[in-house]
Amino acid sequence: MSLLNPLKPSERMKVPRQESIEQPASERKENFLEVSFGLNEERARVEATRCLECKNPVCTEGCPVGIDIRSFIQAILQKDYVGAVKKIREANYLPAICGRVCPQEEQCEAVCTLGKKNPAVAIGKLERFVADYEMENGLFTVPEIAVRREGKIAIVGSGPAGLTCAAELAKLGYNITIFEALHAVGGVLRYGIPEFRLPRKILDLETERIKALGVEIITNFVVGRTATIDEFFGEWGFNAVFLGTGAGTPHFMGIPGESASGVYSANEFLTRVNLMKAYKFPEYDTPIRVGKRVAVIGGGNTAMDAVRTAKRLGAEKAYLVYRRSKKEMPARVEEIHHAEQEGIEFLLMTNPVRILTDANNWVVGMECQRMELGEPDDSGRRRPMPIPDSNFVINVETVIEAVGQAPNPIIQSTTPGLNIGKKGTVVTDDAQRTSREGIFAGGDLSRGGATVILAMRDGKRAASAIHEFLSTKRTNHEEDSPLYTNPYCQYIS
Amino acid sequence: MFPILSKEPLSPTITRFVIYAPYIAKKRQAGNFVIVRVIETGERIPLTIAEGDPEEGSITLIVQAVGKTTKLLCSMGVGDHLVDVVGPLGNPTEIVRDSVVACIGGGVGTAELYPITRALREHGNKIYTIIGARSRDLIILESEMSACSDYLFLTTDDGSYKRKGLVTHQLKDLLDAQVEFDAVYAIGPLPMMKAVSQVTQHYGIKTYVSLNAVMVDGTGMCGGCRVSVNGTMKFACVDGPEFDGHKVDFDELIKRNRTYGDFERESDRRYCETHTWERQEVVK
Repeated sequence: MSLLNPLKPSERMKVPRQESIEQPASERKENFLEVSFGLNEERARVEATRCLECKNPVCTEGCPVGIDIRSFIQAILQKDYVGAVKKIREANYLPAICGRVCPQEEQCEAVCTLGKKNPAVAIGKLERFVADYEMENGLFTVPEIAVRREGKIAIVGSGPAGLTCAAELAKLGYNITIFEALHAVGGVLRYGIPEFRLPRKILDLETERIKALGVEIITNFVVGRTATIDEFFGEWGFNAVFLGTGAGTPHFMGIPGESASGVYSANEFLTRVNLMKAYKFPEYDTPIRVGKRVAVIGGGNTAMDAVRTAKRLGAEKAYLVYRRSKKEMPARVEEIHHAEQEGIEFLLMTNPVRILTDANNWVVGMECQRMELGEPDDSGRRRPMPIPDSNFVINVETVIEAVGQAPNPIIQSTTPGLNIGKKGTVVTDDAQRTSREGIFAGGDLSRGGATVILAMRDGKRAASAIHEFLSTKRTNHEEDSPLYTNPYCQYIS
Repeated sequence: MFPILSKEPLSPTITRFVIYAPYIAKKRQAGNFVIVRVIETGERIPLTIAEGDPEEGSITLIVQAVGKTTKLLCSMGVGDHLVDVVGPLGNPTEIVRDSVVACIGGGVGTAELYPITRALREHGNKIYTIIGARSRDLIILESEMSACSDYLFLTTDDGSYKRKGLVTHQLKDLLDAQVEFDAVYAIGPLPMMKAVSQVTQHYGIKTYVSLNAVMVDGTGMCGGCRVSVNGTMKFACVDGPEFDGHKVDFDELIKRNRTYGDFERESDRRYCETHTWERQEVVK
C-alpha cells in the first residue's frame, strides 16, 4: 500500500480512465496541428491515482524498452514530473515521441493489471504528459556522463533505432557520429509520420537533446555511397557501426496503370508533405498533386497517415481501400478511429486490380474487386479471396499505395559479408549483432517493417552489445579478422 | 553548407559551378549524380556530376536555367552556398574498353556526357562525338568534348551553327559510312534519346541512355522516378540512371515527367515576377 496514493485499490478501480483533450474532427481534418493535446495536469494526476502499484509490475515487462512505469507514475503522484520523466529517460531517451506513437494498447497497457477488468491505466498518455511538461517548462537537463570511454561509433540512419542507440552509447561515454542520408534528422519520424501525430517541434527538441549528449550528426551522407562501411572501419577510424537505415523502399502492388501520373507510393506522398512541406506550396517549392478524389491502398499506420494527410490537403473524397476487414487492419485502433472521425471512407474487403488512365497517362479511376475471407494464411489472418464478377470502378484522380516497404539495399550491396534475409533484411542475433564483427543492426532494417518502439528496443540492445564488444574486443577476437562470422546469423535464403 | 567556389557562364542560360563537397569529390565516378537543395524552402533536384577534384574537394555541376530552382541557382555566385548536396548517387556508367563508340549529347545533356566521354577515352576507345542543340547558344563544352573525342560533329536544329539538323541525322550518316559502333552513349532530352535508340536498335548497337526522372530523395525511397524498362518497374535513382535505350518506355516517361508541369510553371512565374532574370553574356 502506497503512502503516495490516497485511494484504496478498490477505489482506484472506480476512477474512470482519463481521456486526452482532442482537437474536434471537423476542425482538424483541415489543418496539420496535432490531433491530441494529451492530458492536462489535473487529468494526469487523476489518472496516476488509478495505478494499482503492483508488486510485480507486469507493465514494465510489456514495455519493449523496460521503462519503470510504476516508479514514474509514483513520481507523478508526488507532483515530481521532472523526476518522472528522468525515470523514463533512464530506459528511453525519447519519451515525448513514444508517448505519442507507441501502440501502448498492445504493450504496457495490454498487460496492466487494472486492465483485466477495467480500462488499463493510460500509461502512454502519462508518459507524454510528463515529457511535454518538461519540454514546455524548459526543465530538461543533460544527463551527466560519468566516464569517457575509448571508442568511436558510427550510427547509420537517424531514425528511432539510430537515435536511441546513439543516446545510450553517448551516455556510456563513447564518441558517436550519426550519418543521415536526408537533409533533416529523424528518419521515418521526419519523412513518414505526419505533423498531426508528431509535431516537428517535438522531433527537433528530442534531436537537440541527443546532440546535447555530444553526439555529432552529419546529414546529406548516404552510407554505402558517400563512404562505405569498410572505409568507416579503415580511414575513418570507427571501432563499431550500428545500421539503422529502416525499411525505406516502397512496394508497389504490380497492377496495371501504376506508372500513371497521380499514382504515389505512400513514402513519396508523405515525404513530399512531411519532409519537403509540399502542403505549403508555393512558399515551399516541392509540389504535390492531391486532387479531389483520392484512394489510399493498405490497412497499416502508413495508409492511415497518407489518407488523413490527403484529407487535410483538400481531398473531398478520401477512400481507404483494404482487402480484408477492419479487424485485420494492422493499424493502431486509435488511428483507425481518428480516420473514421475525420470522414475517411473505408472500402473494406476490396482489392484494386487496375488503375485506369487517360491518353496522357493521368489517373481517372481504379478498378477493384470485392473480396471474402477464406482460411487463415501464414500470418494467422484469414486470407482474402476474390468474389467472381464483383468488379467495380471508383472514380479517383489520385492513388496512393501503402502496401509495405523493404529495407533500402544500398548498404547491404556495398558491405561484403553481411548476411541478408530473404526480404532484404540484415540478419542479426538477439543482441543485434550481424554476421560481421563490429557491425550491429536493428529497427526496420532487420525487422522489415515494425514500430518505432521496437526500433528503439533494437537500438538499445545494440548499444549494450556494442558496449560489450568494445569492452572485451581485445580479449575475445583477433584484431583485423575480417573472416570473423557470427554463428548466430545463419544465412537465410 | 556547400559553398560555391567558382562560376562560369557556358551559354546564355547554362552555367558551370564548382562546389565544395569533399566526400563526394573523392568518391564520384562518371555517371553519378547529386541531389541538390538550393535554399531551406527549396525542392530537391538531381544534377549530374560533370567533374570532380578530390584534391580541392570540389565537384563541378553544369546547370541550365529552365525553372525556378535552376534560375535561383544560376543567380547565385562565389561566396554563396547550397544548403544541401548529397551523393554520389546512382550507378556509375558502364565503360566499355577498346571499342568504337558514339557519344551523343543533346543540349545540357552534353554536360552529363562529358565525364563519360573522358572515362571512355581513358579506356582506349575510339570516340565519335555528336553534340546537338536547338541553336548555337545552347552548344556547350565544344572544346572540352573535342579534346576527349577522336571526331566531333555538331548539329543545330535551326542551322545557326555547323550542321543544320538533328543528332540522329549525323548518326545515320556515320552508320551509312560503315562506321561500326560497338556502343552508343546518348544523353539529352527524352525525345532525342528515344530517336537515337530507335536508330541504333535497327543496327543492333548497344545503347546507353541516362534518364532524368522526377526524384525526391534520390536513394530509392520515394519511387517517384519509376520507369518501365523491358516491361519491369525500375527506379532511375538506384537502378539507373543509365539503362538500355532499346528497353526503355520513353513515351511513358515523357508523360510522367509532365506530372508537375503546371506547378513548375507557377513557381517559375512567381520567381520571375520578383526577380530579374537575364540571359548571361558568354565569351566563347
